[in-house]
Amino acid sequence: MAYLELQDLTKHFTKRAGLFGGERQIVKAVDGVSLDIEKGEILGLVGESGCGKSTLSRLIMQLITPTAGSVVLEGERLADLPKAEIRQRRRDFQMIFQDPYSSLNPRMTIYSTLVEAIATRHPNILQDKSAAENAVSELMERVGLDPRFIRKYPHEFSGGQRQRIAIARALGPEPKLVLADEPVSALDVSIQSQILNLLRQLSEELGLTMIFISHDLSVVRYIADRIAVMEKGKIVELQQAEALFDSPSSDCAKMLLDAIPQIRA
Amino acid sequence: MPLLEVEDLKTYFHTREGVVRAVDGVSFDVDAGETVGIVGESGSGKSVTCYSLLKLIPQPPGKIEGGRAMFDGKDLLALSESRMRAIRGKRIGLIFQDPMTSLNPYLKISTQLIEPLLLHESLSKSEALDRAIKELDAVGIPEPEKRIHSYPHEFSGGMRQRVMIAMALITRPEILIADEPTTALDVTIQRQVLDLIKTRQDELGTAVIFITHDLAVVSEVCDRVNVMYAGRFVERAPVADLFSAPRHPYTRALQRSIPAMQEKGEQLYTIPGLPPNLAQPIDGCSFAPRCEFSGDNESCHSGGQPQLVEASPEHWVQHCRGCVEV
Ligand SMILES: Nc1ncnc2c1ncn2[C@@H]1O[C@H](COP(=O)(O)OP(=O)(O)O)[C@@H](O)[C@H]1O
Ligand SMILES: Nc1ncnc2c1ncn2[C@@H]1O[C@H](COP(=O)(O)OP(=O)(O)O)[C@@H](O)[C@H]1O
Ligand SMILES: [Mg+2]
Ligand SMILES: [Mg+2]
Repeated sequence: MAYLELQDLTKHFTKRAGLFGGERQIVKAVDGVSLDIEKGEILGLVGESGCGKSTLSRLIMQLITPTAGSVVLEGERLADLPKAEIRQRRRDFQMIFQDPYSSLNPRMTIYSTLVEAIATRHPNILQDKSAAENAVSELMERVGLDPRFIRKYPHEFSGGQRQRIAIARALGPEPKLVLADEPVSALDVSIQSQILNLLRQLSEELGLTMIFISHDLSVVRYIADRIAVMEKGKIVELQQAEALFDSPSSDCAKMLLDAIPQIRA
Repeated sequence: MPLLEVEDLKTYFHTREGVVRAVDGVSFDVDAGETVGIVGESGSGKSVTCYSLLKLIPQPPGKIEGGRAMFDGKDLLALSESRMRAIRGKRIGLIFQDPMTSLNPYLKISTQLIEPLLLHESLSKSEALDRAIKELDAVGIPEPEKRIHSYPHEFSGGMRQRVMIAMALITRPEILIADEPTTALDVTIQRQVLDLIKTRQDELGTAVIFITHDLAVVSEVCDRVNVMYAGRFVERAPVADLFSAPRHPYTRALQRSIPAMQEKGEQLYTIPGLPPNLAQPIDGCSFAPRCEFSGDNESCHSGGQPQLVEASPEHWVQHCRGCVEV
């Protein structure tokens, strides 16, 4: 049994089109996706913008309800669970976004942001100030942030450091699955490498399962075990990362590979 | 003679934290029709370098402290605002990462495209509209005679990028400054935009100054490259040379940190430390504190900036004795 199974997962949006919004158009954002993800695996998800990557991750996160199909975690169909139980399970799933700045609350110190994240799993920590500070400092160290900065605000950090804060916040609830949606796309090369090293190290140390979404195939090749290629809401290819680079079979994968700028020495 | 010749450009920002030396004595030139790259991490001064040439620096807090930028016999840095207006958007065009920086959301594309033509070329309105439709066609907008009457939000992201390029090129500028035009785009759209810039450049003979932090993009589009670090150009070389024989430790470190250059599963190389605070004066080589070749720093350059020296034909590097061989 796979750790996470997506069974024929589908999400259609209705869009009003035409001059007076009279015509209805169906956008098949995710169109029958079936995938098995093993525990501890890093799965890369690639595809052109608009192919449905973010919608798929929102379905997995239970942020939107599928039109059809289901998400099965360790053999349990999530849609069958009671609401309260789903809320409990949601802690197991955390997201990291491309733009750490807009996803962090500018008015909250690093301490408040992280303590809130930890408290979703350990609510008692709010009663014990020194335990809370210790837990936050530990979390900061885990992602390579100096705990001296615990009282600072997001704007006082560089882009790379803010992405570390966002990663720390995602790790606070001790998730089992992390969905990273373009987590390094906005960063400079040298900072990208730091964050990629961190994510890989964390997935090993904590046994995290990760879905890593990116339009940059060279980054995905480096970090992912397997790569799924998505086109118009469907998975059109799934291969070991290296194999996909060596012998892509779908036209979509070939096109994405051809588009990557190459260093010509 | 080069089309544009920039010499010892210095742009500082006078802030409460001190004087930020954003551009600290930069020299480079651009020949007609070629593509010159400026590559460096964010905050290194790439945008400020180019905006200084067009008087687009907010003053205060910014101030051009010195230097010359000769374009067609005139020093751009010494031009009055009214004379600059005849050059900016006419003979030197500009495109950005976010097309909405140059497009007005409340005006139809037609109005925005013909404005520079009415302003600079005294065409009639219908002549200008004709030219604008041709330009949209040239950048690959389908049904241009219909789409020209749309507003910016009616275009997809990739199409908006094309409209911005059309707008920058409609006056047939001699130089196009492209400031990270593909940084936020996905690979396939990035590929289309890069190809489009190249095609139009070849058709019009425009020179391009291409700003980016992406070395792979640099290697594909540029003829010559300037590597910028902490407000200075630390290396300049023809593109093939820069990648086959990088000389400056910063360029070497930057190349080593590209994931595509490394084996899967191996720890990625990262540059230790952080770029210097530009509000503090930097003595000697700006990269020395992060440099892995400089050993005990004994032999590193001190006392002012290292000189740019021509280490091999057309390959210039800031000569820090500790770690650069020339
Ligand atoms: N809430 C929504 N309402 C209508 N259409 C949507 C909505 N969210 C996404 N879409 C559409 O679904 C498709 C897939 O979008 P998305 O999942 O964001 O793609 P990606 O993340 O791969 O760029 C797009 O055509 C998008 O316009
Ligand atoms: N208006 C401003 N006030 C103060 N500092 C500024 C201003 N604009 C830019 N700077 C500083 O100038 C430096 C170079 O910025 P910029 O040219 O935008 O970098 P790049 O384009 O390479 O990312 C940065 O350190 C930045 O903080
Ligand atoms: Mg998306
Ligand atoms: Mg910039």
